[in-house]
Amino acid sequence: MPQRSVVAVGASLLVASLALAGCGTRGGDDDGETGGGSSDNKVAKIGVISPLSQDLAALGLGIKNSVDLAIKQANESNAIPGWTLELEAGDDQASPDVGKNAATNLASDAEVVAVVGTLNSSVAQTVQPVLASANITMVSPANTNPALTQGADFATAPERAYPNYFRTCTTDSIQGPFAARYVFEKAGIKEIATVHDKKTYGQGLVDAFTQEYTKLGGKVVAAETINPDDDKYDAVISKIKPSKPGLVYYGGEFPQAAPFSQQMKAAGLNVPLMGGDGIFSGEYLKLAGDNASGDLSTSVGAPIDSLDSAKDFVAAYEEAGYKESYDAYGAYAYDAANAIIEALKTSLADAETAEDARQATVEAMSGVSFDGITGAVAFDEYGDTTSKVLTVNEVDGEEWKPVNTEEFN
Amino acid sequence: MEFAQQLVNGLTLGSLYALIAVGYTVVYGIIQLINFAHGEIFMIGAFGALSTWLLFFDGQTSIWVLPVMIVGAVACSVLVAVLMERIAYRPLRKAPRLAPLITAIGISVFLQELVRIGYNDPTLFLSDWNPFGFPSAAQKVPFPQIDHISNEFWNVGGVIIQRSTVFTIGALLICAAGLFYFVSRTKTGRAMQAVSQDPDTARLMGINVDRIIVVAFVIGATLAAIAGVAQGLQVTNINFKMGFLAGLKAFTAAVLGGIGNVWGAVLGGLTLGLVEAMAVGFIPGTFGGSPWKDVWAFAILIIVLVFRPQGLLGAKVVDRA
Repeated sequence: MPQRSVVAVGASLLVASLALAGCGTRGGDDDGETGGGSSDNKVAKIGVISPLSQDLAALGLGIKNSVDLAIKQANESNAIPGWTLELEAGDDQASPDVGKNAATNLASDAEVVAVVGTLNSSVAQTVQPVLASANITMVSPANTNPALTQGADFATAPERAYPNYFRTCTTDSIQGPFAARYVFEKAGIKEIATVHDKKTYGQGLVDAFTQEYTKLGGKVVAAETINPDDDKYDAVISKIKPSKPGLVYYGGEFPQAAPFSQQMKAAGLNVPLMGGDGIFSGEYLKLAGDNASGDLSTSVGAPIDSLDSAKDFVAAYEEAGYKESYDAYGAYAYDAANAIIEALKTSLADAETAEDARQATVEAMSGVSFDGITGAVAFDEYGDTTSKVLTVNEVDGEEWKPVNTEEFN
Repeated sequence: MEFAQQLVNGLTLGSLYALIAVGYTVVYGIIQLINFAHGEIFMIGAFGALSTWLLFFDGQTSIWVLPVMIVGAVACSVLVAVLMERIAYRPLRKAPRLAPLITAIGISVFLQELVRIGYNDPTLFLSDWNPFGFPSAAQKVPFPQIDHISNEFWNVGGVIIQRSTVFTIGALLICAAGLFYFVSRTKTGRAMQAVSQDPDTARLMGINVDRIIVVAFVIGATLAAIAGVAQGLQVTNINFKMGFLAGLKAFTAAVLGGIGNVWGAVLGGLTLGLVEAMAVGFIPGTFGGSPWKDVWAFAILIIVLVFRPQGLLGAKVVDRA
C-alpha cells in the first residue's frame, strides 16, 4: 500500500536522523582530547561548564578553548610531574537546570579535580552546591554576581558562601558602580533609563549601577524589564522614549542587548546603550548592526592587547587553530585554568588519585598568586579576585575600542 | 502620543501574528488538525530568505533584493509544508485525532533541531561539508539589513513609524485582500469552502480533496514565509526557536478570532498584538510592563472564550475556508 510505504520511509528517515544526531553529540564531546605527556602518567581532569550551544555559545566556546589551551601548554611543559591533565567539557546551555546536570556528571567522574565555569551567575547558583558537596574546586571566569562569593547579604554582612568557589573576574558590586561613575562623571550624562532581563546577572548589575548613579546625583527616568525570550522590544522602547534618557543602561547579555540597541535606534531613540561584560562580545557588533556606534560596555581587567603576556596568549590561541574566537572571557578562563594548575602543582604532588587531591586543591587555591594575562591573579578571603581593574569600551565602527581603564576603589 | 505609538507597535505585532494565524486556521478549517509545526514554517521562511540572500546577494543591501528574498522564503516554506503534509499528515488522515496532533509536535521539534544542527552542517556531522558557508544557526543569526527599509522611519507628529512596520502591515493587507479574492472568487477557493463544509460531499461532487488540502498548506506557508521576512526585517536577527513562541501566540490569535475562520485569525492577531502593546504601555505598577504582557494577552483569551466559546468571529461559518 502506498500509504504504508510513506510511513515506513518517514519513520526510517526520522530514526536515521536521530541516530546521526546522536553520533554527532558524542563526537562533540570528544573535543576534550588533550594529549601530551607519557602514557603511564596518572590522569587528572579539569572540567569546563559553559554554554557550548544556544545563544551564548560564542562566549562559552571561547572559555572551553582557552582552558584547553592552558591544559595543552601545561602538559607540554610537564608542569605537574607524573600527571597528565585532561579537559572534560560540559554544556550548560546557559540554563541552571542543564548546568546542574553537567555539574553532577563531572562530580561523579573520579578523575575530575576542578572545574572552570560557569559563564552565567544564575547557572553558578545551581552548580555551586553540587561541586561543593564533592569538594571540587570551581573557578569562574565570568560570574559577576556578588552573592556567589559573599552570600546573600553581601552589602551588609558578607560571609563566604562556598569554600571551593573562586573567580577571576570582578563583581557587579564593582562593575555597576564603575559604569555609573563613568556615565555621570566622564560622559556627563545626568538622566538615564535602565532595562534588565530579570536574570541574576542583569538585575544585579542594574541594581548596583542604579544605587551608585543616584548617589552621585543622577536621575533614573525609566526602569523597565524585558523578557529574554522575546525578539521584539518596541513596546518597552516606546515606553522609555517619552522620558528622554541620555543613555540606556542594559543589564543582560548580547543576544538580547544587541537587538535591543538596534530596535532602539530604529524606533528613533538615538542614545547609546551601555551594558556590562555580558555584551562585550564580537557577536554584539554583528547582531546590533550599523547603528551600534557609540554603544558602551564595561569589561573586567585591562584591555587584552595592552599586556605583553596577553599577546603571547593571543598568538598561542591563533596558532592552536580553534574555530571560535576566545571572545570576552577567554583570557579569564585561561587565567582560571592556570590558577587551578598552580594549585594542582601542590595538591597532586603526593596524591594517590585525583579524587584524593580534591580537598587539597581547594585549600591550595587560596595560596595561588601569579602574574596572569589579565593582571595579577590571587584570591581574597571570599574567593574573589584581588584585581579591581576595569575598562570602558565603546563601539567604533566594526570593533570595541577601550576608552578608559581604571582601578576601582 | 505614547498611545499612538503603542497603537502602531500593537498593530505591527498583531499583523505578524495574523499572518501566521491564517495558516493555523486554514488548515484547521479543512482537516480539523491543529498544525503545531506551523510556527516552524514561519522560522523556515526567515531562514529561506536569509539563505537566498547569502547565496545570491551576500553583502548587497539594495532594495531590489527584497522581492527575491521573499520568493526564496516562500519557496522554502511551501516546500517544507508540502513535504510535511505528504509524509507526516496524509498517512494519518484516517487515524484518531490525537495521532496527527502529536505528530505535529514531533515535526516541530524535528524542524527546529534540523535547522539548529544542520544549517551550517548539511551532512549532520558526517563531514565538515558546508558548501555555501552558512553561519551556525545554534545562536542568533544576523538578518540582512535592506536599504530604505531597515533602520529608517517616518516621524508623523512625534509618532515613529518604522518602514519595516509599514512592510509588515502592508503585507497583511495585501495577503488578506489576495486571500479574500482567492477564497470567494476562484474555483479552487470555492472548492476549499466546500471541503471545509463537508469533505465527503465535496468529494462526491468531483473535488480532489487531497489537492485542496495541499493548497491549504501552501496558503498557510506562503503567509508564514512573508511573516518570517517581516520579522527578520524588524528585529534584524533570526534563530531556530523563533517559531515556537510566535507560533504559540498565532495559535492563540486563531482561537481568539474563532479557529477555522480566516477573518477571525486576522482580527484575533490584531487584538492580541494591541493587547500586548497596551499592557506594556499603560498598565501601571506590579501588574504592568513587559513581564506581564503575556498574562494579559492570555487573560483576554480566557475572557473571550468564556463568553464566546466559538471565538470572536467563529459563528460566521460562511467565511470558513
